[in-house]
Amino acid sequence: MSIFLNHESVVLVQGITGREGLSHATRMRAYGTKVPGGVTPGKGGQSVDGFAVFDTVREAKAKTNANTSIIFVPPPFAADAILEAADAGIELVICITEGVPVHDTLKVVAALPPSVRLIGPNCPGLVSPGQALVGIMPAHIFAEGNVGVISRSGTLTYEIVDLLTRAGIGQSTCVGIGGDPIIGTVFVDCLQAFANDPQTHAVVLVGEIGGTDEEDAAALIAAGKFQKAVVAFIGGRSAPEGKRMGHAGAIVSGSSGTAQAKVAAFEKIGVPVADSPAQIPALVRPLVHQPARV
Amino acid sequence: MRLLEYQGKELFAKAGIPVPSGHVASSVAEAVQIMRDNPAPSVVKAQVLIGGRGKAGGIKFCSSAADVEEPARAILGMRIANSQNPEGEIAKRIWIEQRLDIAKEMYLSITVDRASKRPIVVASATGGMDIEEVAHSNPEAIVKQTIDPSKGYWPYIGRRIAKNAGIPLAVMSQFAVVLGKLYDLFFDVGAMLVEINPLAITKDGRLIASDAKVELDDNALLRHPEFESWKTAVEDDPLKSRAVKAGLGENNYVGLSGNVGIIGNGAGLVMATLDAIKASGGEPANFLDVGGGAKADLMRDAVNIVTANPRVKSLFINIFGGITRGDEVAKGLVAALEGGDWRKDKLVIRLTGTNEREGRALLEKNGITAVDTMNEGARRAVAAANA
Repeated sequence: MSIFLNHESVVLVQGITGREGLSHATRMRAYGTKVPGGVTPGKGGQSVDGFAVFDTVREAKAKTNANTSIIFVPPPFAADAILEAADAGIELVICITEGVPVHDTLKVVAALPPSVRLIGPNCPGLVSPGQALVGIMPAHIFAEGNVGVISRSGTLTYEIVDLLTRAGIGQSTCVGIGGDPIIGTVFVDCLQAFANDPQTHAVVLVGEIGGTDEEDAAALIAAGKFQKAVVAFIGGRSAPEGKRMGHAGAIVSGSSGTAQAKVAAFEKIGVPVADSPAQIPALVRPLVHQPARV
Repeated sequence: MRLLEYQGKELFAKAGIPVPSGHVASSVAEAVQIMRDNPAPSVVKAQVLIGGRGKAGGIKFCSSAADVEEPARAILGMRIANSQNPEGEIAKRIWIEQRLDIAKEMYLSITVDRASKRPIVVASATGGMDIEEVAHSNPEAIVKQTIDPSKGYWPYIGRRIAKNAGIPLAVMSQFAVVLGKLYDLFFDVGAMLVEINPLAITKDGRLIASDAKVELDDNALLRHPEFESWKTAVEDDPLKSRAVKAGLGENNYVGLSGNVGIIGNGAGLVMATLDAIKASGGEPANFLDVGGGAKADLMRDAVNIVTANPRVKSLFINIFGGITRGDEVAKGLVAALEGGDWRKDKLVIRLTGTNEREGRALLEKNGITAVDTMNEGARRAVAAANA
């Protein structure tokens, strides 16, 4: 098992003929992900590097039976691409695009039917090691195993996954939920999915300053709705108040959303919070019962 | 992008939200001319983004061309600071507006609520001061109401908010109209925040936006070329300007107060790097995220920008390559070292991931040994800064 993504997932790439879209489609296919093709309006009927190109998602879904779509279109067109995928009956939509206007995401989220899961925007995607990779993460750092990873960051996730894998701790599914203020899938959604995944023994939650997603996750755990072990890390402990740092999401203002508030929320309910990524493997090791399968 | 008061009020006026009539000046002579043309009791307000300008003496009064000189001279060029930002900000402009006869000050804003993923209205019959202080000391005085963007705003929502917030019934309908205009403006300009504090009730019963705070979504600016000219007015950190010129985003460079320069790829990793510097007893001089897939040119520019800060005593580059390639990073770093007089012993680089081997080999050839972990790099960079 795993969450959201498995070996049966069939993936379309929206923006398949773009530089990023094509290069990542190729990398995903090399990993073993089923990627029959993708969509670029006006270029339907072509074939690039063995990927079938379609004009619309509806057409692509009918021909390939895809259930997942990954979006590499430029920011002004991302909202439209997400809604096109949802309208065509795609169940899992991953929006990699960075720089999507927040109001676009606001409108998309309000319009999405509950049957569609959106991950991102501004995210690195997700991977269920040994089964499928849908995103831009470097494939070689992952190993199959029993730890779920959820993170608001990209490269920091790589850092942590790399440490886990080197320590012999494999992963069930790693989800980069994205750094924007409004995102389709938050920590709580991922925890609820991991709760029902027998492969996942424990979860590493990588949060950062800004918003209250981490506090909401802590409240879910405190309410007994997620009973597996969790290890947390919060980035941005040294960030000064009122400064935005890169991620549109990572801004501290007032007392809510500070690293201190998030660390306190987890520590209060007995969830260990690592001081640095390097501490995470030692905190996780006692919680998993099987070694990684590389 | 955060806007100055006078820019926010320009947007308010266009949106049909009542504002006091006023003019912006950047010299004493302009201020005198404004008062000559509009002789009336007026307020002279420093145009800065930092909070607490009133306490710092950035708001003064005048009533004629004769008595505007003194406040204008005092405020123009004034450095306004607060406890969160002791370095502060210099007031380059003043806004001179008609003084209002105010009966009551209230609070009204719309922002993006992450938890509900909707716009949220925050209103209070108590305004004119730090709303976070009100929220802390008297939470019942604040009403929060999310709005479903697919249904939109209707005046009944505004009347209900007014009623719940204890806003005087005499202005209830006016309030609902102002909120409707603020809601339209919020979407029209792609705002992260539109705030009126205080929203004044004048003695003759009119609602007027006495202040304006607007923060635009940087991602939405591509749809709003009309705000391009305001960009330079609000950005005055020269290193940040250089970072933007090099092709980085507005939030990819943040100046800080320490002496260890930081460059990394990915905001989360860079933030964790700052934390690691702190944990090693050091102080970061900046946050610089080169983003994903940085090429050699961008790396070179990034090194030059960070080391142009005279406070920087050592530099820590922390790269975990995914779509960023190690050889490109190394190439950029070598180019920066060739062009400048930066000492190699003050430089610490951690390079892992895609094309790590090629990158490290190129660095070795130039006499630089990359470290293996983030924590080791942080320790060495702090030691080098303090050596």
